[in-house]
Amino acid sequence: MSERATPTPEADDSTSESAEAGEQPRTDEQRTEAEVEERPVTTGASSVVRALENAGVEAAFGVQGGAIMPVYDALYDSSIRHVMMAHEQGASHAADAYGVVKGEPGVCLATSGPGATNLVTGLADANMDSDAVLALTGQVPSDMVGSDAFQETDTIGVTSPVTKHNYFAGDADTVGDTVGEAFALAGMGRPGPTLVDLPKDITQAETGRDPGPARPPKTYNPQMEADTQDVKVAARAIENAEKPVLLFGGGVIKANATETARKFAIDHGIPVVTTMPGIGSFPEDHDLCLSWAGMHGTGYANMAITHTDLLIAVGTRFDDRLTGGVDTFAPEAEVVHIDIDPAEISKNVHADYPLVGDAGRVIDQVDARMEHSPDAREWREQCIQWKEEYPMDYAAPSDEPVKPQFVVEAFDEATPDDTIVTTGVGQHQMWASQYWTYREPRTWVSSHGLGTMGYGLPAAIGARLAADQMGDEDRTVICFDGDGSFLMTMQELSVAVRENMDITVAVLNNEYIGMVRQWQDAFYEGRRMAAEYNWCPEFDRLAEAFGARGWRVDDYDQVAEAIEEALAYDGPSVIDFHIDPAENVYPMVASGAPNGLFALSEDQL
Amino acid sequence: MSSEHTPENQASRAEDTHRRGLKGPSPEERPHPEGRRNSQGIRIDPEVEAEPEVREAVLSALVLNEPGVLARASGLFARRQFNIESLTVGTTQNEEYSRITLVVKEPEPGIEQAKKQLEKLVPVISVTELTEDAVRRELALIKVDGDHPDQIAAVADMYDGTVVDASAEAITVEVTGTNKTIENALDTFERFGVREIVRTGTAALEAGANATAKHWPDD
Ligand SMILES: Cc1ncc(C[n+]2csc(CCOP(=O)(O)OP(=O)(O)O)c2C)c(N)n1
Repeated sequence: MSERATPTPEADDSTSESAEAGEQPRTDEQRTEAEVEERPVTTGASSVVRALENAGVEAAFGVQGGAIMPVYDALYDSSIRHVMMAHEQGASHAADAYGVVKGEPGVCLATSGPGATNLVTGLADANMDSDAVLALTGQVPSDMVGSDAFQETDTIGVTSPVTKHNYFAGDADTVGDTVGEAFALAGMGRPGPTLVDLPKDITQAETGRDPGPARPPKTYNPQMEADTQDVKVAARAIENAEKPVLLFGGGVIKANATETARKFAIDHGIPVVTTMPGIGSFPEDHDLCLSWAGMHGTGYANMAITHTDLLIAVGTRFDDRLTGGVDTFAPEAEVVHIDIDPAEISKNVHADYPLVGDAGRVIDQVDARMEHSPDAREWREQCIQWKEEYPMDYAAPSDEPVKPQFVVEAFDEATPDDTIVTTGVGQHQMWASQYWTYREPRTWVSSHGLGTMGYGLPAAIGARLAADQMGDEDRTVICFDGDGSFLMTMQELSVAVRENMDITVAVLNNEYIGMVRQWQDAFYEGRRMAAEYNWCPEFDRLAEAFGARGWRVDDYDQVAEAIEEALAYDGPSVIDFHIDPAENVYPMVASGAPNGLFALSEDQL
Repeated sequence: MSSEHTPENQASRAEDTHRRGLKGPSPEERPHPEGRRNSQGIRIDPEVEAEPEVREAVLSALVLNEPGVLARASGLFARRQFNIESLTVGTTQNEEYSRITLVVKEPEPGIEQAKKQLEKLVPVISVTELTEDAVRRELALIKVDGDHPDQIAAVADMYDGTVVDASAEAITVEVTGTNKTIENALDTFERFGVREIVRTGTAALEAGANATAKHWPDD
């Protein structure tokens, strides 16, 4: 033990206290260069870690435990930055958001049993949003599998429905290849979460095998280019459309096709609607942009979707929160559907022009076949008129409590365009998506398909690390959270403090499970069962107790200052905005209703 | 600190008179299109809307012969509420690969979805819908009361079946054939007093020289 790093005087107390003479335990922060130098593979576990290194993995989020200990022991010798989370759900969300921001699979680790089951929400979330995540779970030794051993769960069985694919590692010599394959698969084609279950005897067994680069499975060959004949026919349809709309989904961002997609829309003068996951694929301040459609989308986006005669959908799965009732979804439109997953074509909405392939490549193919742009001048004018008719606006009388929309706008004004926004789930999420002007891809990081409360804070942690590792230490990361959502994963604040992560949590605190309260008022005669608190913690003081900075805001005139100070503080901070508890999210399309019937207030539902 | 972010400015913005809340024509005042789609998301003429017709399809999937592949396929079908009549799995001439044969009863879009979702499973190499001409076989074991051994043997003969077990009390007959043959045989054996039956799912191969699997892995 020659080259031991000693804790610096500034290091936090817990580390220096644990320092005893002689066999001093070292945290992962204290490893020396020499210790992380490339070492030969000796065990299944070191082969797993080598596979991650070979795949270029720079970070992993997880929680330790018995069955995964061999892998952690091997991580000790790696330069991969491991962030120990407070809860495995936090690890899976952090890995998810890290991957979203960085554009490569995020990695999370957990032990067997409860560790693995705690990951499940994050995996299901990633699966619904097609986010690339690799999960590594410990498992009881192979010969104990099936015996209900301590901390045994059938992780493969539990996670099969919520992963793109999962693997049970059965051999120390191939476990590294399996991990590489799972990593490659997560990011390829339509991305998604993959998992490798690692029995302890396999990771502990000896092997010298360096798995080499990550390779996808042989049976996985996503189609990248659409059939040229189909492209030609679709191009004709676009040329001849009178009221075309481009619908950009999350797939545009995942395929790194934003440049191509933007150029196509602008060159051909086609108005753009995005889905919620597609936010950031097209600049929301552009004339052609109608923002996002669906349940709480803008009135003008929903009008355009309702009246279009040709919907050119790219990388979207026509979720029911987007379509409303399928029978009334874009009822006059033929549909061009570009998607890399053939199973999404005509799954929910029939595609008249199915184009299977990579978003960017197929848009290029279509563009090359376009002989002229559609004549959509009148339609564009119509869309602009709708923008004027249905502006996004909120009333903010000064004698009422602070409006959440105002807080979102104030943050947007105070931050640069590349600021990353993460959210929990509920009303605050909708306000954060409605009243912030998104201009760049991978700046909107939220839980869409699964709608997971508690996503925001761990996502901010993942996003922060991704930005830092991409060299963007100055980038701002804001988490808009609800009081309910924050309470679900706020223990991760301990991680942000420990790792000194510069993030700002804006709790839009209405002391309600707000979105539920809104639905109860609208659809359950105001019977507010289990949506009201009679006590809510003081989040600013709680933040301080965690070692973060905290502010409380009750009035309009405190908003800007608190934001200023929180942004200036280099570390995790929480602003507890006591907003108007009566505020509701509108416009709103009731579940299963026609998008064109969006309500502007409760009495229109 | 830049001047436009002062608390005073923010506060006055809040009281800004242009902040009135959402406005615009109410739902009734908006134009509404005539068009409609059916529950499959297909645009239809509302006048001639018909319930989508359900049909039976035999799907054959070539899959890697690895543990759990059957669970993945059956889990997929249960999860997505596909209506499956039968599912069988067995090895092929190459022990690295198995073949799953599925009979599904769905409207056309459901059959398409079933194929595509099955194709998405990583261990699945190819999925084919078999033609009408495909050779389809099922097997049933029928155990009836042993009171009339001669008549039972004669009926078994009618269906190209065989008596595979006989005791004083009970006789077990094996019948192999199309689903229809088996249904008919079961009806006929009713009169001998059926004690127990067991049936396999459908196994099927394309007829003639046609290959059942669209493609095999290259190597
Ligand atoms: C894990 C989880 N549990 C329950 C729900 C159902 N749900 C959706 S929104 C919501 C209310 C969220 O309250 P809060 O986080 O305070 O946000 P607000 O709506 O008040 O902004 C609930 C309970 C959910 N989406 N996720």
